[in-house]
Formats: sequence, structure tokens, C-alpha cells
Amino acid sequence: MPMQAQLDRRAAVAALLKNRKDTLVVSGLGSPTYDLHSVGDHDGNFYLWGAMGGAALIGLGLAQAQPGKRVLALTGDGEQLMGLGGIATIGVARPRNLDIVVIDNQHFGETGMQASHTGRGVDLTAIAMACGFVATGTVRTLEEVERLATQLDETVDGPRLFVIKVLAENPPRSLPSRDAVFIKNRFRAHLGFAAA
Amino acid sequence: MHSLQPNPDMRADDWPSELYRILKAADVRQMSYVPDAGHSQLIRLFSADRDVTTNVLTTEEEGVAIAAGAWLGGQRSVLLMQSSGVGNCINMLSLSAIGRFPLLMLVTMRGEWAEFNPWQVPMSRATQPSLEAIGLKVMRAESAEDLVETVESAAALAYDSDQQIAVLIGQRLIGKKKW
Repeated sequence: MPMQAQLDRRAAVAALLKNRKDTLVVSGLGSPTYDLHSVGDHDGNFYLWGAMGGAALIGLGLAQAQPGKRVLALTGDGEQLMGLGGIATIGVARPRNLDIVVIDNQHFGETGMQASHTGRGVDLTAIAMACGFVATGTVRTLEEVERLATQLDETVDGPRLFVIKVLAENPPRSLPSRDAVFIKNRFRAHLGFAAA
Repeated sequence: MHSLQPNPDMRADDWPSELYRILKAADVRQMSYVPDAGHSQLIRLFSADRDVTTNVLTTEEEGVAIAAGAWLGGQRSVLLMQSSGVGNCINMLSLSAIGRFPLLMLVTMRGEWAEFNPWQVPMSRATQPSLEAIGLKVMRAESAEDLVETVESAAALAYDSDQQIAVLIGQRLIGKKKW
């Protein structure tokens, strides 16, 4: 049996993004979107409220369009499990500026805390390694998250996937705008693009 | 952008080169695909183009997400698939629809004209209604000349007017698959 995770997800995401610089962040639906917003709203955030399985792939399209910027797809275990094929697509595309960080509570937290695959032996980091990611890792403590945060700024040769094991709980929701057109236009303006 | 004149000398089977020319003129910088025989020449042309990033997908909805990400980052993307792949895309198309992300999908039709494989027929029948049900505009072409014009106007609608467009390429135009 894997050990029970104790890490608080909000503390983990706050530590991960404490020195974020100009990293662009796409968050997966449900808790990762609330976690990202709880750290502080940011024009370089694109929050998903749907499109399950798409966070890392939106990150891929963005990373390919903005090779000079680091892109972080911050998602959950359920969201990434729905996009498993995308890990193969990203491994083949081999972007040098895309990281996937999975906030893994081993449950579908938004729908009643049903157990997911990651608590039953499915290892997303092993899948990513097999798909050609250049680095992967699983972290369980705040100190390890702080070390991971400094790694996110490194120049690397290809995509990376990190899993942060967190306690299965639903902290109070921190809700960003659900207006995707507004968030999209704000994000593009942040990068210097005019609205249509 | 310079205006594109139809090429009167185009051979009926050379529409992929014309589509490539139009999409390049529209400044498409990313192309993603699940292969179809009908798209093979266009896939080859894009794959040889160092100014365009191409992504081979495991399933078609990945390309919908990539296109949205490309647009967030200031680039235009086009997505190629066959009609069977449209069914895989439906929920991901919520992203394009609710975010009003420019989207251009070129869909080669199977299961509608001299089709040998009956398994292609149900999704073929569902392609246009399901795309329209999720909010896409569907355009269709049955001849090479019509296709070139249709894709040119679809590209303008998508990238200049933030629309979500699927162009269905009739199986009659592509021709019979050899078994």
C-alpha cells in the first residue's frame, strides 16, 4: 500500500508558484483551477471549467506558439487520466518549455471523492517516462515542492511531468471567472495580442 | 494579406496543394492530425514545412485543445481528421464554442459514397448533426474547385471572425479507397 498523502494542496500550489516569474499557466477543471486562483488571479492564467483531458494539450499548443516562455499545465489526476493519450502526443512533440504538474489526491474530488486510478497502482510518471518525457518525479512534502519549484525554471530538453501527492480533501473553493472569452482575451492581451 | 485567385490550371486531384497554399497564406503555424488517406498529401506538405509545427495525435479531440492553446499564444492552427474522428471531439469542442476560439477542422468524409466498410456509416451519418449540435458551423464541398474556395472562406471566418468551422470534404471528391 502506498503511504497516505498528508500534503495540503493549497500549500503545495502556493509553494510551487511562489516565484513564478513569467510562466504561463493552464489549469485543469475542478480543484486545480480553484487552487491556481487561490494563489492570486493572474493575466497569464487560463482556467478551465470543462474540456476535461485538455489542460496539458492546451499547454502544448501554447508552448509551441510561445517557445520563449515556460508553460505549466497544472491539473489533477482525474483530468490527466482522461487525457492519457495526450502524454504520448506531448512526448512525440517534445516541447522544451512545457511542464505538467499533477496535483494528485487519487480521487475525483469534484464529484464525491470517488477513488481514481492513481490510488490503485496507475503511475502517471511511469507513463510519461515511457512516452519520452525527459524528467518526471513524485513529491510528497512541502520541502520537495519547494525544490520542484526551482526546477521549473531550468532550461531543459523536453517535456516533464511531476506528480504532487496531496491529501484528499476539498478546501473552500476559490472561483475565477467562468467567462472563457474574457479569460482568453485577457491572456492574449498579456502576451501583447489585440482582441478581435 | 494578398488576395488569392483560384488557379484555373489546378488538376482535379491536386486540391491538397491548393489547400496548403491557402492555409499558408492564412498564416497557419500549427497543424495537428489523426491521419486519413484523403489527407495524406496535405500532411506530407505540412510535415516538410519548417515554419509549421505539426502534431500527430492519438485522438482527434487533442487537436481541438492544441488549437485553443496555439491561439492563446498568438498562432493559428488547423486540425485534420476523417469523419470517424468527429465523434471523439464533441466534449472538447465545448472549449472552442464557449471560449469563442478560432477553429478550423478539415474533415474527410467516409461512409457516404461507395463505402466498402459499413462500420464507417453510423459516424458518417452523425458527423454534421453532432458538429452543429455542439455549435460549429459546417461547410461542405463536393468538388475540388468548390473545396478550395470553401476552405479559403472558412479560414477567414475562423481566424478573422473567431468562428468554429468544420469543412466536410465529400467522399465523392476523395474517391474510392482501394481494397
